Amino acid sequence: MRPVIPYVTAALLFGLGVYGVLRRRNAVLVLIAVELMLNAVNLILVTADATVRAALPHSGQVFALFVIVLAAAEVGVGLAIVLQLYRLRATVAVDEIPLAEGPTPAEEPTPVRTAVGAPPPAGGAGTGAAEAGEER
Amino acid sequence: MTGADVLLLALGAVAVGSGVLVVTTKHLVRAGLYLVVCLGALAGDYLVLTAELVAWVQVLIYVGAVVVLLLFAVMLTRAPIGASDDLDRPGWPAALTGGGTGLGLAALLVDAYRWTAVDLPEAGTAERLGGQLFRTWVLPFEVLSVLLLAALVGAVVLSRPDIGRSR
Repeated sequence: MRPVIPYVTAALLFGLGVYGVLRRRNAVLVLIAVELMLNAVNLILVTADATVRAALPHSGQVFALFVIVLAAAEVGVGLAIVLQLYRLRATVAVDEIPLAEGPTPAEEPTPVRTAVGAPPPAGGAGTGAAEAGEER
Repeated sequence: MTGADVLLLALGAVAVGSGVLVVTTKHLVRAGLYLVVCLGALAGDYLVLTAELVAWVQVLIYVGAVVVLLLFAVMLTRAPIGASDDLDRPGWPAALTGGGTGLGLAALLVDAYRWTAVDLPEAGTAERLGGQLFRTWVLPFEVLSVLLLAALVGAVVLSRPDIGRSR
């Protein structure tokens, strides 16, 4: 087995993931590109486990399992954040998110009011259901 | 070139090719489906590299759960069906950074390993990996389970609009 083949595969996949994270506007596509990067790291770990003789056998594969679990947790929380963002702003474009909301408190209520005042169909249904639940 | 090398080359080509399609396609849903191809090819890579348990966990968790979650996200955010043109930002910095990272890492690893060959170790079966996991790595394993619980609670709190908005 030539270890250079999976190593180069992993390096190229990681580069593709970096490219995707920087290139894509849609938050879901950014999450998908992050998955590509995590998988590249997994491939490096498994290949290193087969290549390097370590004191503890199979440590690389155990680490790969840990990374898979971390990726599952990450995508769960990431999905919740993306959905909440969509509910508030009716968009999932990452370059339309205002990152500096803190220093300008005068502008802060504006997006919330627009989101509540002119809600998208999903957001309106969501808040309506929540209010109905509270009333009950 | 042994049989394992040929398999690794073919599966690596499939993984990188579908990875290119994942980050360049104009269809949101197709990006998720190309990701399935990429992850499946990587699972094949793991099998060739004798990491049996990791390969099956990859198929179960990544292809089974993570991709389904991502497709849920695509559907719940009302993604347009068909090609959409506003998925990308201007790409020169991204291409420069991504290409630089990928090719730089590839050059580094090629320089480190050249064309050397190693013998494959004994297979990473569930028994051997479980022994390692519950003897040597048991504390990280438990910490990871707490982290999964925290992520679960966090996702629930984040996705319910009536929690944490007291005013």
